[in-house]
Amino acid sequence: MPQDVADLVTAARDGDREAFDELVRATYAETYTLALRLTGNEEDARDVVQEAYFRAFRGLKRFRGDAQFSTWMYRITANCAATHLGRRNKHRHEELRDSDPVVDERPASDPQGQVEATALRNRLTVALENLPPKLRQVVVLRDIYDLPHEAIAAELGISETAAKVRLHRARKKLREDLFTRRAEEAADAV
Amino acid sequence: MRCEDLTDDLSAAADGSALLGRDERRHVERCLRCQAELVQYRKLLRAMRTMRTEVLEPTPGMLADILANVAGAGERRAIRSMIAGHRTAYLGGLAAATAAGAAGALVFAARTRRVRAAS
Repeated sequence: MPQDVADLVTAARDGDREAFDELVRATYAETYTLALRLTGNEEDARDVVQEAYFRAFRGLKRFRGDAQFSTWMYRITANCAATHLGRRNKHRHEELRDSDPVVDERPASDPQGQVEATALRNRLTVALENLPPKLRQVVVLRDIYDLPHEAIAAELGISETAAKVRLHRARKKLREDLFTRRAEEAADAV
Repeated sequence: MRCEDLTDDLSAAADGSALLGRDERRHVERCLRCQAELVQYRKLLRAMRTMRTEVLEPTPGMLADILANVAGAGERRAIRSMIAGHRTAYLGGLAAATAAGAAGALVFAARTRRVRAAS
């Protein structure tokens, strides 16, 4: 994200439409990434991103600037995703496409470690996709985007206790998926 | 203490949000299963954190769609604000006309009284 996001926010809050468009350009890929992780499919993610920027545009004057704009967008996106998924009466699973491009901004170091880390991340992406949406939302917001329990609870419309319970359930499922089942499969193969 | 009772505590201990109690620590120190579980939670959390820096490429046309949607919202807002402005002007005009009418009626009534008194 460029350094002048704060300036863009100020200008957009003062009614500068160009500045808001610039903010969208600077942040939409990140917002889409979160939306895709929360919803688990592209079509829903597109709808969530549209709705999130629409709400951001309408609510920008209420953004006090005491948090980062990206964190504010994460919260709006989480809220939109919860509403969107809440409307659905059934969860759709889509195959994860190998062609989904992933941009890793970290510098390459330790090629072997990098390979293992990438393999683990790929398995983790699949495991996240397979989580029930209610568990996935909490674990993505807490463990990837580092939102506090309080914010997660507020945006998903649940209690903090429920958020914590869902987090532990999600982690347990992910751990079992990534390590326990994998070990069992390896043992079966021998 | 059973390993199954510890799983939430291990998850919380792995992210540093909670510390294990003395009895729990003692159990983990002697239990290979719980040690492995703790290591797995730490690996899981590390992998999750690295995902923060990943940015997935949005589908083509998404930016244009968002900007068009926002532009639409902006236009609707401008129209609403214009209508609200006109409404204020109409109400202001109506209030002024009513006040002028009332003032005129008062002046007329006062004159009529004066004429009647003089005759």
